[in-house]
Amino acid sequence: MHLVLFFIFGGLCVAGALNLLLQRHPINSALSLIVVMTSLAVLYLLLGAEFLAAAQVIVYSGAIMVLFTFVIMLLNAGAEVRTHGSKAAYIVGFPGAAALLAVLTYIFLKHRTELGSAKLGGYLVTTHDLSRVLFRDLLLPFEVTSVLILVAILGAVALARKEH
Amino acid sequence: MVPNAYYLVLSAILFSIGMAAFLVKRNIITIFMSIELMLNAVNLTFVAFAHQWHQVSGQIFVFFVMVVAAAEAAVGLAIIIALFRTRATLNVDQVDLMKL
Repeated sequence: MHLVLFFIFGGLCVAGALNLLLQRHPINSALSLIVVMTSLAVLYLLLGAEFLAAAQVIVYSGAIMVLFTFVIMLLNAGAEVRTHGSKAAYIVGFPGAAALLAVLTYIFLKHRTELGSAKLGGYLVTTHDLSRVLFRDLLLPFEVTSVLILVAILGAVALARKEH
Repeated sequence: MVPNAYYLVLSAILFSIGMAAFLVKRNIITIFMSIELMLNAVNLTFVAFAHQWHQVSGQIFVFFVMVVAAAEAAVGLAIIIALFRTRATLNVDQVDLMKL
């Protein structure tokens, strides 16, 4: 059951990511990225991170991707054009990414017995556990991030404002 | 039962695709989206290791990465809008000068 769910949603993730890479139009890439993020939320649930699964749907596939699609539609972005720069990037980019993937996959599969296995429902972090650590041990970093968000909002408004 | 290595391989695949898209794509918004994809791949690694060692701190890390990614997306998209307003292009090859 766990393996079937993993392969369904992991496959959806990889398909969405490949679609992001292959599509020429930014709006198609943005919509496939939403597929990736929502399937990742299901994988988080399989790994027992229920709060993070909800946060992934709300923050990533909700807020951030709405912002992306909004900006794409606001700027009326068209399909990208190929240039000389992209030709050099093709020569360097694909072999580099393939080499990275090969090294990482080799290392992970070599140590697969030491890494153990995940059982469905074997380890569940409830919101209660997470909030206890967050609000007792890490209260200062949590409050600092709220300042960071405030500064980011002010910066975004100042940058995107029309100058008179 | 799914080996934890499968989750790590999946996140390696997502990270590599994000890296390739970052290098190959010429549209600045798509480049920004591939950064988000790489962040998500790393988040999956954190959650997988948090599951393996039964530690909450891995998930705390993911929480903070999400917060920072939201702030980064807001500021980055504002910069893209300001860039589009001055240059009227989204192609990174045409944005190669510090000033107009």
